[in-house]
Amino acid sequence: MSATMLDLSLVPPLGDPRPQPVPEVHETTLPTGLRLVVVPRPGVPLVELRLRVPFAAPSPRGAAMHAARTSVLTGAVLLGTAAHDQLELAQLLQARGAELSVSGDSDRLLFSTTMLPDGLGPVLGVLAELLGRPTYPAPQVEAERERVVERIRIARSQPGVIARTALAARRYGAHPYAHQLPAAELVGAVTPAALRRLHRDRVVPAGSTLVLVGDVDPVAAADLVGTALAGWSAEGAAVTAPPVPALAPGHLELVDRPGAVQSNLRLGGPAPSRTDPELPAVRLASMVFGGYFSSRLVENIRERRGYTYSPRSSVEHMVGGSSFLVDADVATEVTGPAFLETWYELGRMAVTPVTEAELESARRYLLGTLALGTATHAGLASTLSTLFGVGLPAEWLADHQRALAAATVAEVAEASRRWLHPTGLTAVVVGDADRVTDPLRALGPVDVTASAVPATQA
Amino acid sequence: MSSDAVRVLGVTAAGADLTLRHPVEHFTLDNGLRVVLAPDRSVPVVAVSVFYDVGMRSEPPGRTGFAHLFEHLMFQGSANVPKMEHARLVQAAGGTFNGSTHQDYTNYFEALPAEALERALFLEADRMAAPAITEENLRNQIDVVKEEIRVNVLNRPYGAFPWLQLPPVAFESFANTHDGYGSFVDLESSTVEDAADFFDRYYAPANAVLAIGGDLDVAETERLVRRWFDPVERRPAPPAPQTGEPSPSTPRRGVVEDRLAPAPAVAIGWRVPDPVGDFDTYLGTVLLSELLSEGDASRLERRLLHTDRLAVAQSSYLGLFGDPFDVRDPTLLITQVHHPAEVPTDRVLTAVYEEVDRVATDGVPAEELVRIQARTEAQLLHQADSVLGRTLGFAAAELIHGRAELAGELAARLAAVTPEQVQTAARGLSPDTAAVLELRVTGAAR
Repeated sequence: MSATMLDLSLVPPLGDPRPQPVPEVHETTLPTGLRLVVVPRPGVPLVELRLRVPFAAPSPRGAAMHAARTSVLTGAVLLGTAAHDQLELAQLLQARGAELSVSGDSDRLLFSTTMLPDGLGPVLGVLAELLGRPTYPAPQVEAERERVVERIRIARSQPGVIARTALAARRYGAHPYAHQLPAAELVGAVTPAALRRLHRDRVVPAGSTLVLVGDVDPVAAADLVGTALAGWSAEGAAVTAPPVPALAPGHLELVDRPGAVQSNLRLGGPAPSRTDPELPAVRLASMVFGGYFSSRLVENIRERRGYTYSPRSSVEHMVGGSSFLVDADVATEVTGPAFLETWYELGRMAVTPVTEAELESARRYLLGTLALGTATHAGLASTLSTLFGVGLPAEWLADHQRALAAATVAEVAEASRRWLHPTGLTAVVVGDADRVTDPLRALGPVDVTASAVPATQA
Repeated sequence: MSSDAVRVLGVTAAGADLTLRHPVEHFTLDNGLRVVLAPDRSVPVVAVSVFYDVGMRSEPPGRTGFAHLFEHLMFQGSANVPKMEHARLVQAAGGTFNGSTHQDYTNYFEALPAEALERALFLEADRMAAPAITEENLRNQIDVVKEEIRVNVLNRPYGAFPWLQLPPVAFESFANTHDGYGSFVDLESSTVEDAADFFDRYYAPANAVLAIGGDLDVAETERLVRRWFDPVERRPAPPAPQTGEPSPSTPRRGVVEDRLAPAPAVAIGWRVPDPVGDFDTYLGTVLLSELLSEGDASRLERRLLHTDRLAVAQSSYLGLFGDPFDVRDPTLLITQVHHPAEVPTDRVLTAVYEEVDRVATDGVPAEELVRIQARTEAQLLHQADSVLGRTLGFAAAELIHGRAELAGELAARLAAVTPEQVQTAARGLSPDTAAVLELRVTGAAR
């Protein structure tokens, strides 16, 4: 450690905070059930578009197949409409500075693009075609399917993906969220007919949310959307995920990756939802523990011991449940010590209070980054899409800021005790079992499982 | 503190109006520090960045990875700031920070609420004057950097592909070919004296650009800059780095084996015009790269994925980290293709060469180029929407091109590129002077 002491008299004080701009949110619901949110704001001459369609698996039994179909549908929906082929669609978008990306997760589909302001009408026209009249042409869908199979194989060779999927399987059991990455065999069996059926039943305006942010006039935009998307009126209802089960954490699972030069440590457990009054305290606790560079975990296992490059913790929200997550990729030879220190820091959070200084720092950081994250068209559009998509109003942001500002040391201590205690977390390590099993077993019971992909050819 | 370059294509404009919205003010301190101010008061956020004119290409033999290791050391405290306090002072003000090491520069930056501007200036000035580099902190950060390299390179498939593996095939000189992340042998043998020498030589204020953007008052900010940076001692700037080498006259080919990768890949690197000295010609190459690979309408996406079905992913970009406007000569246009094992590498190469040749021979339809220009303009605007992205763009333009204003003019300059310029650029991409790197699969179960 450096012997220097911080002389606070040298550090320039912070000035008075300047007022945050309050977004001007215009919200309407179309006769088809589609919710439209338009936010004009100054900045660059662009419009950001986000269309969120609820897309949870219909049932636990059908979850694996739903994930497989979703992984193909996100690319295949762009392969053609009754009016245009794939290339024409791409060119129509490109001419407006747009490029539509479609992504899927366990809760939703998201259609997302930026565009030049004069492109709003034409881009909405393309979107209407994709939503209402996609063709899923067989030869192109089959080619897309093969590409997805290959990309999944590449993804499964990444240790971070192996760790994430193992943790989800362990935490969610029979719940649809256990299927983070579909099996290649199921993807290989997806047919164009199945995609057309899935699209017809599930890509529907009811429950969907369209967000437009940027250089846009709310009245004109509402007219354009109403006209362009009036024909998107499929029957069908939104499906949202059921609540996640409360499973016991069980033993630490060690996924063997022979020859790995690092171990991927992952811990996860439940966290309060966005509407739970305990959420602000848990977010603050997560920051103090490992949520940013100034945290206990970073100071301990990176800056003091050099075990790892970027340890971190976070609170993530899905419709069916929220999570507190910890991850660190550490050198193989220090896997046991790194797990011990992580466990120790979690225990310290659970049984001793944070300091006022730690709380104030975490609070200002969360408030500051919330402001930074919504200071661009794209950041605000994504934030509002998520909030409206789960049925929360724009005011949630300001309410949450007030709650963060008011949380006390006692509340953070109580939240840490309930949500960060290490015995409440499910733990997974991906690493070389020959080298890390014994040190991990010294700390508690370990179940060793084989990885599908070795890190070396033995 | 990543070495992955921040992707800042540059900044701005549907032409003139945005350039006017972001006027750029310049001044130079007596110690040689060049300062760029880019006020924009629409959101209460400021960004502060310091760019030092030293990158991976400046490293001497035996010190591979030192520019990046030194970047880490700049976060270990300074004359008046103990270890960990840099992070605490920024983050407890509601701000974020990072640094990154590139081929030709190393940068440090913060994005903060506007009221924290002076605090960021204090922190940057304190470490510009005197970082506190101790044996203990050096050993600690060597360990951290080794873990960074394990995460990003050694413990994952395609980790060095192609940014560390293609340069030795494409270039001749040590400056351009060596591993910029560093060998473990070189990293472990680094000393505190090496760090002190490196700082003395390269971290002089006269070798740096300070750029500040966002919610600021120009006169007040100039006063604050002078208050904190004027006391930093003047030292001579090092001579400009000599990284140039003759253009290749033969094809070159290399093979790497990846024991973790489940499928093969190939990268092609072509030498392109000088990104600074021959900027107008280079702009044609920038749009050629977009025409080849950006989006579903691009030539290689159509040919490799949809028509011939040879590949699962393709991309083309300029510079090893993909920012065409933050690199000096010599630079590559790189086309990278991931393909199934059943597809031979040469089939992929043939298809790529044919598509480039089609542009060289037939030219580019005007309407296609207009679409590409619209998309490029939108991407530039998108990056300019964040105060930090805009500020980094101004800083890179000042350091690399000697003119911060260039960042605000890029969209207009690209909009003026003609189909003939793109055709000319394609004529420069010959198979006879290409460097090809094949990644072969040797380990993972298929």
